[in-house]
Amino acid sequence: MSSAENDLYQEVVLEHKRAPRNFGHLPQPTHQAQGTNPSCGDRVAVELLLDGERVQDIRFSGQGCAICMASSSMMTEAVKGRDIAAAQALQQHFRAVLTGEEDPDEAPLGKLVSLAGVRQYPSRIKCALLGWHALMHAIAGQQDAGGTEESLP
Amino acid sequence: MPNHQPPLTLPEADRAAAAPPPLAAWRAQFPVLSQQIHGHALAYLDNAATTHMPLAVMEAMRRFETHERANIHRGVHTLSQRATDAFEQARATLKRFIGADAGHELVFTSGTTESLNLVAQGLWGAGPGQAWLRPGDRIISTGLEHHANLVPWQHAARMSGAELVVLRPDAQGRLQQDALAALLTPRTRVLAITASANATGERPPYEAMLAMARQAGALTVLDAAQAVGHGMPALSALACDFMAFSGHKMYGPMGIGVLAGRRDALERLHPLRLGGDMVEDVSYERAIYAALPARLEGGTPNVAGAVGLAAAATFIDRIGRAAIDGHLHALRAQAVAGLSALPGVTVLAPHATQAALVSFVADQVHPHDIGTLLDERGIAVRTGHHCAQPLHDHFGLGPTTRASFALYNSAEEVERLIAAVARALEMLR
Repeated sequence: MSSAENDLYQEVVLEHKRAPRNFGHLPQPTHQAQGTNPSCGDRVAVELLLDGERVQDIRFSGQGCAICMASSSMMTEAVKGRDIAAAQALQQHFRAVLTGEEDPDEAPLGKLVSLAGVRQYPSRIKCALLGWHALMHAIAGQQDAGGTEESLP
Repeated sequence: MPNHQPPLTLPEADRAAAAPPPLAAWRAQFPVLSQQIHGHALAYLDNAATTHMPLAVMEAMRRFETHERANIHRGVHTLSQRATDAFEQARATLKRFIGADAGHELVFTSGTTESLNLVAQGLWGAGPGQAWLRPGDRIISTGLEHHANLVPWQHAARMSGAELVVLRPDAQGRLQQDALAALLTPRTRVLAITASANATGERPPYEAMLAMARQAGALTVLDAAQAVGHGMPALSALACDFMAFSGHKMYGPMGIGVLAGRRDALERLHPLRLGGDMVEDVSYERAIYAALPARLEGGTPNVAGAVGLAAAATFIDRIGRAAIDGHLHALRAQAVAGLSALPGVTVLAPHATQAALVSFVADQVHPHDIGTLLDERGIAVRTGHHCAQPLHDHFGLGPTTRASFALYNSAEEVERLIAAVARALEMLR
């Protein structure tokens, strides 16, 4: 087996790709934004129902690769019911792990640690961050998150 | 040795494919191929993006840099004369290679993108009242184009007040002549069309379409980036005013390309780059621009690149375009057959048998994942929308995986491609 098959496409990642959680639309989102990956045209949109500082509900939609779909799916599970500050902190840890600034064994990522292998594949980091990019822009109240390029090192 | 083969007819292609190509001798010219990627022999199948350079090209460039390098057209010293001679010799070689005649000129650029920008901007850059493009004129591009033959025309339309109309392909991705006829009006001033679509391999009937547009009074622009290294008609046989191509897609260096065309058409272009080497006479108040080709070659050119590109043309002619194409068409046919047989795989433009590439989509599996898993097995392919996003929107299929072939690729590499795609689909579904 290749190392990509072991490290990048772990079973939990493929399972989320096949059956993404919180996929679809909210009847009345309070916040939403979309992210685009310019190299393939993939788009992921995130819809939020915010109750004060709390993410009461979340959905995502769009199409993307396995890494993008699994990352977005796990993201929705991880932030649902939590405070905005916790979602932002998690995004920072996840991003820092992917860009090699933080050790995956020490970061509080939960299930998202299964995507830590992406850090070995620099061309795929933007796939893993696309949904997060849309989430951060939705929280910030910006409708169109644009590409992911400008936020990468 | 003829510089041009007519478009291959099927029996000729069959004959070329029937005699086994001297693949080992061809491959020996490309040392970059002899390396391992992730423990596997490199199978480089991204040639529509960039081909590799044979030793002859690298040696020609090394010879120039070590014996002849100097600035051109301005020194009286020996090296400057040698460099000027090398540059002009490269121009002459490439004119022969594309079948230019006395009515044509050839300008060096950095590549197809610059060449097409030079044309598009050159047709509005002279300003209102002077430029070829006027408010209300029509520019026709097509739905098969690389962004480099679309975005400059969008901008040209905005700057000149002309309208840009896109000739849409049919559901199979073909361009139809009657659809073009319906778009041609007396105000049509430009047709910009590809000779071979980089995203699908589609080969439009560009000979007829260029002739139709010229008949209607338009200037005609041919993006030959994917075609120039293959069998194609001589430039002198085409109703083509401007032809653009790149070095690095025809076994030549990066950063060098060509805009060739009819002299009277090239003279209509407002230069993109103003400055040294493109002027006849300059005062503080005004400048008189030089004649072609210097007029369109402002600044110090990529002389070593031009030398390398000419060496690449010579390399192609020595092997013969028919022999190369016969080999490539066989690889493409093998890939189409193998990939089409995989469950849930759709090959784009399966009818484009003259193509040197194959693009496909797979149900429930994204090209980026396929591309990463193929790379793990040493196989380099391109994934995404290949700088042709509107075409992918037109098909509604999303991004694709593209394998594209060069003369050094083998049937064994195509087998590895098919097997690796099969394995990736199995794993990802």
